[in-house]
Amino acid sequence: MKHISSSSYLTAIYLFFYIPILVLIAYSFNNAQYSLVWHGFSMRWYNDLFSDSDLWVAVLHSCILGISAATIAMCIGGLTAISLYRYHFFGRKILYGLIFILILSPDIVMGISLLILFSLLQVTLGFWSLLLAHITFCIPFVVVTVYSRIVSFDEYIFEAAKDLGAKDSVILTRIILPLLWPALFSGWLLSFTLSIDDVIISYFVAGPDFEILPLKIYSMVRLGVKPEINALCAVTFGLTLTLIVISQVILRKKP
Amino acid sequence: MKHHDGILKFFSLSIIWLWLVIFALLPFCLVTLASFASHDDIHLLSFPVTFANFQELNNSIYVKIFKQSFYIAGICTLICLLLGYPFAYIIARMQSRYKSLFTLLIVIPFWTSSLIRTYSMITMLKPKGVISSILMALGIIDKPLSLLFTDTAVMIGLVYNLLPFMILPLLTNIERLDNRLVDAARDLGANRFTTFRKIILPLTMPGILSGCILVFLPAMTIFYIPDLLGGSKSILLGNLIQNQFLIAQNWPLGSAISVVFTLMLAILLFIYWRSTGKKEHREFL
Repeated sequence: MKHISSSSYLTAIYLFFYIPILVLIAYSFNNAQYSLVWHGFSMRWYNDLFSDSDLWVAVLHSCILGISAATIAMCIGGLTAISLYRYHFFGRKILYGLIFILILSPDIVMGISLLILFSLLQVTLGFWSLLLAHITFCIPFVVVTVYSRIVSFDEYIFEAAKDLGAKDSVILTRIILPLLWPALFSGWLLSFTLSIDDVIISYFVAGPDFEILPLKIYSMVRLGVKPEINALCAVTFGLTLTLIVISQVILRKKP
Repeated sequence: MKHHDGILKFFSLSIIWLWLVIFALLPFCLVTLASFASHDDIHLLSFPVTFANFQELNNSIYVKIFKQSFYIAGICTLICLLLGYPFAYIIARMQSRYKSLFTLLIVIPFWTSSLIRTYSMITMLKPKGVISSILMALGIIDKPLSLLFTDTAVMIGLVYNLLPFMILPLLTNIERLDNRLVDAARDLGANRFTTFRKIILPLTMPGILSGCILVFLPAMTIFYIPDLLGGSKSILLGNLIQNQFLIAQNWPLGSAISVVFTLMLAILLFIYWRSTGKKEHREFL
């Protein structure tokens, strides 16, 4: 009895998560613009989607932005996490607190504050303003991911290396980085995901010359019902599933 | 040799400090400054310094929006907690070998753009949408039900988008719960309710609090959810700030709203931090 009630509860919540997405996917094949009634199978929304060149430019922009922001945030965030762990310096606690605050500070406040900064410094809103903003909101997440991994290391490794005469740079390249790369990679991945899905901060610091995917979707969605969005939903959902299956297979192979 | 070591340390620390000062501290100081600036049609910000923006916030419209935002975000957090806690509990205590699959299934919808997920809610909630059609087919209602463009729609949209943020911290927290404590309580004669109230609830409090923070904070500022699902009256703080900056072009007032909002959040977080102590504060990270 208990088993049945808990599994039906789980099912209900999963249905709540998945039904809206599955409905969109189903309607992406419907041959009608507004109606919910089935008008026959059609691929015309996919045709529209793949011939919408503005959209693909936005996808390309988002990828460039996401990859650059994630890479730079990974470098800066990684170095910060390593310094926080290895060195004792003036203001260490303040730095730690600042990163904590940055994670919790509302996106919208970060968005408007960067907008004010850029307009005072007369930075043209576009790729560079977006890049600076995205790096800023990604860094704390990288620091946290890498730091939580680095504290689990055995401290004696570093001491042994030091006793054997290794310089800081050698310890970094020969010991820390090889041990840390999975954490750095997950920090990178998290940053990329955050960057490619960010609406709120980008909304304030984006310019007309550099359209990115989330803002493009936002402008499409605001205009009302667009079956193209259904097709886009199906494509991203399919892509996610594929990536997950691939990563599961790779993880399985490794012991 | 020592000199060489210093370079790396100096390099990493100066980069992060410079970055945080220029792109986090300085901008925030600028917002605070801007909130004291005055507004005119030619310049976005101009001086003399004034308190007029804060006085304007006393206006009943703004007070109402602040109250409404806290109310909607609060209710949304409560719903997420009530829905998410049993869900996280069942999955965390599950003995099945598919447990990691169940966890993965919570995260998968996440990777679809949150805008698209919000848009999917329009399809569900509109007058001839899925929910209304099903209810009509079942004969529960006899004319199309319009949920779209109401506060209820905003609430559903927020819960739909934010529920995973409640479930995931709870899940990690409940998984770490020591089963022996629960067994001991039962052995000593506590009934289910007492065990829950005296053992499980206090031990999972850190998870509950971090989940609530992760839901409550964005709920007030995700301006695109009220924008897409709400009516003309469902304006939350996020929409108000966005409006002042990009439509009304009144940056000083927008800044003042953000400053007041940030202060309120800071007070809330400070209370949270004081009540849990340093250890949980680090666990949250």
